[in-house]
Amino acid sequence: MCRASTRRATMTSDLTRGRALSRRGLLGAGAAALAGAAASTAGHALVTGSNDDPAEQTQVIPFHGPHQAGVETPGQTFAVFAAFDLRDGMDRPALARWMRLWTDDAERLTQGRPALADPDPELAAAPSRLTVTVGVGPGFLHAAGREPAAPEWLRPLPPFSVDALVPRWSGGDVLLQVCADDPSTVSHAVRMLTKDALAFAKPRWTQRGFRHPPDPASPTRTPRNLMGQLDGTSNPAPGSAEFARIVWIDDGPRWLRGGTSLVLRRIRIEAEAWDVVDRRGKEEAIGRRLADGAPLTGAHEHDEPDLDAANESGLTVIPPWSHIRRARAADPRQRIVRRSYNYDDGPGEESASDIGLLFASYQADVDTQFVPIQRRLDELDLLNDYTTPVGSAVFAILPGVRPGEWWGATLLS
Amino acid sequence: MPLNSLARRARVGVPAAIAATVVALSGCGGDGGPTSDIEDQAALTMEDAWVKAAESGMMTAAFGILVNPGENHVRVVSARTPVSPTVELHEVAVVDGAAVMRRKDGGFTVPAGGEHALEPGADHLMIMEVSDPLEPGEDVDLVLVLDDGSTVEVTAQVKDFAGADEDYVPGEHATGHDDE
Repeated sequence: MCRASTRRATMTSDLTRGRALSRRGLLGAGAAALAGAAASTAGHALVTGSNDDPAEQTQVIPFHGPHQAGVETPGQTFAVFAAFDLRDGMDRPALARWMRLWTDDAERLTQGRPALADPDPELAAAPSRLTVTVGVGPGFLHAAGREPAAPEWLRPLPPFSVDALVPRWSGGDVLLQVCADDPSTVSHAVRMLTKDALAFAKPRWTQRGFRHPPDPASPTRTPRNLMGQLDGTSNPAPGSAEFARIVWIDDGPRWLRGGTSLVLRRIRIEAEAWDVVDRRGKEEAIGRRLADGAPLTGAHEHDEPDLDAANESGLTVIPPWSHIRRARAADPRQRIVRRSYNYDDGPGEESASDIGLLFASYQADVDTQFVPIQRRLDELDLLNDYTTPVGSAVFAILPGVRPGEWWGATLLS
Repeated sequence: MPLNSLARRARVGVPAAIAATVVALSGCGGDGGPTSDIEDQAALTMEDAWVKAAESGMMTAAFGILVNPGENHVRVVSARTPVSPTVELHEVAVVDGAAVMRRKDGGFTVPAGGEHALEPGADHLMIMEVSDPLEPGEDVDLVLVLDDGSTVEVTAQVKDFAGADEDYVPGEHATGHDDE
């Protein structure tokens, strides 16, 4: 019995080791620079599986590069966002030990290899585009004695009138974001990483989300949220210069260059209220058609909304209170990239639904890019009648690592 | 090793009899061309090495995969580490229906062109008494000694692990003889 598992583990490592050589040769430094980009279909490598795994399950997103994967990576089907609170007494050397463990675990798991001391090596064999992305909160820098190196925006968002935030879904010293197309892969990775975290931190909250499985014919199609809307139409394309400009930090403290910020808000959908709104009302609340995401003034999803177009009565076709009008900014700095996931924790005790959005927004600077948009929405957005933010957290997403490096080394050395 | 380095592969050591530091890279000849036997045996590596976390005074174990790309079989006969006065080579056997750990006569043989896994529930390196605590995420240096006297240096990562707690039966060997 022991022999069999030894052989199995050996076979897996044989396969992945052998493949790893050719994969490294195949991808090289140039492809690693695309990093979490893997945005274009050329970005991921196909690894032939060790047993009957279909080809999709063995798709690998490169781990190393200037940026972490999981931001520019086209959204996988399942995501877990898990926050941790540091235990008392954590200092810089302890945090370094934690990050070395996590980097090693993530490096292995994302490439289809078991982690060291992995009790379930078989569950690591089908990575299914697994990405592991790590962020830190203000508490992490405090424990590391590196508060002066924290960016201005690394703190809770200012309060908004729409908020109904609870601590249960807010804050956190460390964020773990795990995404893959196979939920078992996500489960195994989260468990392995959490086991290695427990010596250093306690789990604070776990938010699980999902979206459509990938469509190979259209890897970057806009996903649909549980209000039925296409969600993310105005996002810049992964791999584009605009994406890089909006998301990746390229100045400021060295430890964060190549990283980004994440605003994660848990937004509950008031499903009972939304259910009774008629189709036209729903479309005017957002400013887009439900069927294809086209702006009410346009024919196709990616048509520019015409905010001045008026109907016979002289009223604008896209109403003043509609979401896309309120979210739009003349200031080109106010741009974000959303990579959100649906959640469904229902039915509730007395209700049919407990659904919402894990709203995940990435931007180089929360204060200049995200907050002004959120303020405008807070002031007026008909969607506010149908949604309630119940959680909010801000994290600094660490830069990527090269082979041999570990997360946070610049901050913690 | 640079501070930011994660490198935890085996580093090939030098035959004990040779004082000069001739580093023979796996599969390549070193300066002065050592004999093919030593070259093959010096090519043994231990990959994916890890040690179970432990408090001071406790015993713990090291695991990984011994890889022998050479043309002759290789035998690991002993090991040492700075974190403990003694390291033993152990196997797990079933005695009276229970899994027990005990010294393994003859050490660990790694077949030519093959591997031998050291893992919980099977052969492993037993670190008999850890002087200082081994904390998760730390590195531990190990030296494997082969039957020709050459050595292999390994760096292992300390990991939390719930298992690997078989009863240790001191003094019992596979042959059934007690220790002197």
